[in-house]
Amino acid sequence: MVTSYNGEVLRVNLTERTIKAEPLDMDKAVKYIGGRGLGTRILLDEGCATVDPLSPENKLIYITGPMTGTAVPTGGRYMVVTKSPLTGMIACSNSGGIWGAKLKYAGWDAIIVEGKADAPVYLEINDHEVTLHDASDLWGKRSLDVEATLKARHEGYSVLNIGPAGENQSLLAAIMNDGDRAAGRSGVGAVMGSKNLKAIVVKASKTQIEPNDVDALRTAAVDSLKKIRENGVTGGGLPTYGTAVLVNIINNIGALPTRNWQESYHPEADSYSGETMKDTSLVKNSACHRCPIGCGRVVKLEDGSVVGGPEYEPLWAYGANCGNTNLDAINKANEICNEVGLDAISTPCTIAAAMELYQRGYITDADCDGVPLVWGSTEAITTWTEWMGTSKNALAKLMADGSYRLCDHYGVPELSMSVKKQEIPAYDARAIQGIGITYATSNRGGCHVRGYMISPEVLGLPEQLDRTTVEGKAEWAKIFQDLTAVIDAMGMCLFSSFALGAPEYAALLNAGTGTNYDVNGLLEVGDRIYNLERVFNKVAGMKPEDDRLPKRIGEEKIVNGPSEGMKSEIKLTLPQYYEARGWKEAFPTEETLKRLGLEDLIQYL
Amino acid sequence: MLEVRLFATFREGRDKILFMEHKPGMTGYDIITPLAIPEEEIAIFLVDGRHSRLNTVLEDGSVLALFPPVGGG
Repeated sequence: MVTSYNGEVLRVNLTERTIKAEPLDMDKAVKYIGGRGLGTRILLDEGCATVDPLSPENKLIYITGPMTGTAVPTGGRYMVVTKSPLTGMIACSNSGGIWGAKLKYAGWDAIIVEGKADAPVYLEINDHEVTLHDASDLWGKRSLDVEATLKARHEGYSVLNIGPAGENQSLLAAIMNDGDRAAGRSGVGAVMGSKNLKAIVVKASKTQIEPNDVDALRTAAVDSLKKIRENGVTGGGLPTYGTAVLVNIINNIGALPTRNWQESYHPEADSYSGETMKDTSLVKNSACHRCPIGCGRVVKLEDGSVVGGPEYEPLWAYGANCGNTNLDAINKANEICNEVGLDAISTPCTIAAAMELYQRGYITDADCDGVPLVWGSTEAITTWTEWMGTSKNALAKLMADGSYRLCDHYGVPELSMSVKKQEIPAYDARAIQGIGITYATSNRGGCHVRGYMISPEVLGLPEQLDRTTVEGKAEWAKIFQDLTAVIDAMGMCLFSSFALGAPEYAALLNAGTGTNYDVNGLLEVGDRIYNLERVFNKVAGMKPEDDRLPKRIGEEKIVNGPSEGMKSEIKLTLPQYYEARGWKEAFPTEETLKRLGLEDLIQYL
Repeated sequence: MLEVRLFATFREGRDKILFMEHKPGMTGYDIITPLAIPEEEIAIFLVDGRHSRLNTVLEDGSVLALFPPVGGG
């Protein structure tokens, strides 16, 4: 039967320097769809939940979904699945560009990298011709240099690589591809660095993926494309302003965390908003493979260079969260993240935590190498980003492992605004109750895109919920988490969900793979993936208390702005969420695993 | 006095921030009509940071924020 899976997985053992093709386990593929779901199942089955994340025993899985590379709008994503060195739990970092689609066109659904090379290497994939090359001349080079060098050496290839941060095994290191696209979160770049793997270049002779039902896929894709184009967000707001447009909205509801979450409203936020970016530094949009939205930004720095522009997250994190108002400095700092290969969320959040440590006297001028960590300092945000990426000094090295380890070093871990040691993104959960549930229960630690409750609670999609109330939020968060897991597993972009719902995803998936999912069946797969990740975390050593917001967010009130006085109701909503999931003390019950066809995981409870 | 903040495409051909005299019984409709913003283009209407309907009666001193459909993540 023809399906939009290739049916083949590439396994590369760097210790032995062996390369082999293996058949994709189709039963597993269908049960977990692909990408995030299938990758996690493979990682668990291959015994990686209990290994040291930076040891040769950890595996690094680059995995596509069944929609990756197909003619489906936004179907161009790949994911990096591994055990995170930042959280010690499951990592799944998702990226766009064209690299993932090329991997698929080359004939592979996934690459499983294991072991550790004894010297720096890079991997060349040219359809089924796969070669390991010496990368000693690339080691130490910045991500964009590596990309340019390898593109010149290998014509027609797409490049994925790590920068100095990944080589230094910074726990905030990203994996970069196609210039400014990043599998950014949970320190996946450090795992790649620990294996001495600098880059993977891919070329493919194919340019399309044949689906199970060509006509059905065309119909479903045309329908989805129409909905994406006609939707106000995906057809208007995102192409025009990018995700940056959120700066003013989130600030105007009083949920823009400021100065490491000490405040929640930044009066000067318009100075780095999407509107200001469009009027000043924006050059043009950019779009990933097969994407009709084009939310990416290309911006011009004041020094004249043209670079990939920041998303909402780094605009907030280098802006309000560092008390800074200078857009050019944010554009520059974001570019440094891309060059050294750092997570552009966790890096500025860690700088914000360091600024609070400086404010409170834990960090002193003696630690700062001439660049004090003062709120709002443009020099501090750019310089410390560079120093974190290159491990310039003792403090930078400490900061490169994230805010939790930094604040813990000074005896004040509560100043780290993180969940499971990963930094929390740009929405104050005291002002938006549902997103707090997502933060606390995200299997990969502090994260907004594991169940984007901002959509119903702030943006009114698919319907407007009251952000300040808790009623029904646990169930909403669960459904958003489940649908998100499906979209990730399929290899589509989460932003498509502003315009599409479960019926559209089911139609696309069924046409691609020959499955027969209805809406409930599809959401059940999402539920299954979420439970699978949770079991992985249990095996990895997660405890119930890890589903916890930091004290400032979980217990203290907002002190300024339109949401002044609001506080998180997470103590109320967390038990409701566990009940909705069929979990007891943060983990699935036997009955829940049985209901989801995960009987074989009961042994891990 | 009411402070009216406009965002995204609503700023095209209009000021970012303007002030309007408050009159008793005024609603959001009395704000958007003189600004020539069609009701169907408004996705988010905030009154003092809270999502509100256009027919909400406005109190003196309020800050209003108007957004077309926008999103991100």
